[in-house]
Amino acid sequence: MSLKLISIHKSYKEPSGENLPVLDVPEFELKTGEQAALVGSSGGGKTTLLNIISGITTPDSGQVLIDNVEITRLPEAARDRFRAERIGFVYQTFNLLPAFSAFENVLLGMSFARGRADRKHAKELLEKVGLGHRLSHRPGQLSVGEQQRVSIARALANRPSLMLADEPTASVDPANQDKILDLIQSMCREHNVSLLLVTHAPEIAQRFDRVVQLAEFNQVLQKT
Amino acid sequence: MNLFNIALKSIRQRLLASSLTALSVALGVALMIAVLVANKIVTQSFDLQRIGYDLVVGPKGSELDLVLNTIFRITPPIENLPWRYYDEVKENKHIGVAIPIALGDSTEEGGFPILGTTVEYFDVEYAEGKRFQIHKDDSWPRGKWESVIGATVARVNGWKVGDEFQMVHGGQDDHVHEEKFKIVGILAPTGTPNDRTVFVNLTGFFAIAGHEKPVEEAIAREAEFFGETVEQVRAYHADDLKELAAHADHDHTGHDHAHHDHPTPSLQREVTAILVRMKEDPKRPTLAQSRAIEFAAQLREGFKAQAVNPIRPMQRLMNNLVGNVRMILLYLTAIIIVVSGISIFVSIYNSMSERKREIAIMRALGADRMQVFSIILTESIILCLIGGLVGILLGHGLIIAAAPIVTARTGLVIDPLIFEPLELTLIPIMIGLAALVGFIPGLTAYRTDVAENLSS
Repeated sequence: MSLKLISIHKSYKEPSGENLPVLDVPEFELKTGEQAALVGSSGGGKTTLLNIISGITTPDSGQVLIDNVEITRLPEAARDRFRAERIGFVYQTFNLLPAFSAFENVLLGMSFARGRADRKHAKELLEKVGLGHRLSHRPGQLSVGEQQRVSIARALANRPSLMLADEPTASVDPANQDKILDLIQSMCREHNVSLLLVTHAPEIAQRFDRVVQLAEFNQVLQKT
Repeated sequence: MNLFNIALKSIRQRLLASSLTALSVALGVALMIAVLVANKIVTQSFDLQRIGYDLVVGPKGSELDLVLNTIFRITPPIENLPWRYYDEVKENKHIGVAIPIALGDSTEEGGFPILGTTVEYFDVEYAEGKRFQIHKDDSWPRGKWESVIGATVARVNGWKVGDEFQMVHGGQDDHVHEEKFKIVGILAPTGTPNDRTVFVNLTGFFAIAGHEKPVEEAIAREAEFFGETVEQVRAYHADDLKELAAHADHDHTGHDHAHHDHPTPSLQREVTAILVRMKEDPKRPTLAQSRAIEFAAQLREGFKAQAVNPIRPMQRLMNNLVGNVRMILLYLTAIIIVVSGISIFVSIYNSMSERKREIAIMRALGADRMQVFSIILTESIILCLIGGLVGILLGHGLIIAAAPIVTARTGLVIDPLIFEPLELTLIPIMIGLAALVGFIPGLTAYRTDVAENLSS
């Protein structure tokens, strides 16, 4: 088992002082190497869920277990380190650092996880995503598709057990969407990394054996 | 990739803003260096603790003027002493060395002060354990029209041994004397006002047309100085007066040779001051000092002369005027440090709002709060250190550029490579300052909400 969610609740306080529930997930499990798509429209709590899984946000209650480690019980600094070492994240807007080259963006995640970067591994990953010739280019010098490929290489840099992808093709042109998705799925398969991909597009979800509808997954949406 | 490299990247990303911040620090530090060095130069230049003389004897008046004129040669002499008085001082049983000096003229080229003296001047240490030195092929100015020049004079004017120069008469007329002095030696650098002084043989100095005091004026001056009648002075100088009358007749009878071929009579000679070293007794090391005090006290009662221990007026000047100026400069330095600090703070703090996303990305990649805090702090320290180092170089560059100008204009001798050990404290001060001003932006980074800024 790579990921397990048990009774996750999250709500935000409204300006009026009332609590606004955004997430209620009774149970969810993702096996090692499994790939699943979580489908739903915006405002359904997808990003909050990914932030809770990665330990960026803490739930009001419930447990998040990754590789049998209950990260919800870890102190913040340990959660940060755990995230760096075990979780890869691919964002809709790539979130690359503009001052750093493609190669350095990949190294950066390694530095925070282990204190030192495996330059050879970083180079290999960039070569695998087809950017071996673009190592020293900065994000601003790369196309949108290339930027997303850098972020995929970065997400895999620390050999994670779980990859979270938040609308990874939303900013990419249709011609490149399939290439990006192929790359994410094949790289995760190759490295035996579990993948949870969040999308609002049913055609993207069709690529996955397991598709979870957010409306069924999040009890809050059923209640409203 | 360590935190230092990450901080360096952030600086490079905001190259213009970072450069301007570092530049403001550099200008602040350069100014601090200038203040510190100026303070050192002033302190060093007027530090007479190790001068080779016990007393400077000169006409009564301001003690400070006498010292600034005779030792530093930065003010013009006001009044002179009769040569007869020098003879008396020289014969004083407690006085070991008495060296006459005559000032007032300057070189036509460069405007360096000209000091007429005897070769004994060069036998006395100019600082503790330091004696004047010339090249082995050079010589001391024993001949009437011979001169040795300070190292700065030689460098600035490009003068060498064998060259000749004329001098400009002191005062308002700027009259150039016809007589020429020949350079026979160049002094090794001393780091004192001697470097920018031209030394000429005193006999030659007196022999210059216009340097001899008119007879009647000299008699009146001596009478006033010693409290005698004109007749008493005439009687004292009877031989000189007889000889002067004989020369006058001689010249009028058709032998038209220059008057200065004759030695200048004692009556017509004057000295600006007398540098005195008391006799020393190795068994009683304080004897010379007490004799100097005693001699100075005697002078205060009689004659129109004063004997000044050169250290004392300079100490008063340092404590009262220079001391206060120094304090103002040091306060100014402190303000500069604060202003530099504020500029770094403003620069980094202003960048924080646009960097929250970057910080959130780093946090999402696994950087903990302390790591992002350290990155901002490191950035602040790098900016401070780069600014500080550039400032030190800039400050010393300014000193190297300004040294000859200051020397030429004020007469203060400045070593262009002067280093103030206090400068070493600048580095830890800059690091401390950087840590202080980087703390609040660092705290902003520390508190950055990752989820909120990632989605922004």
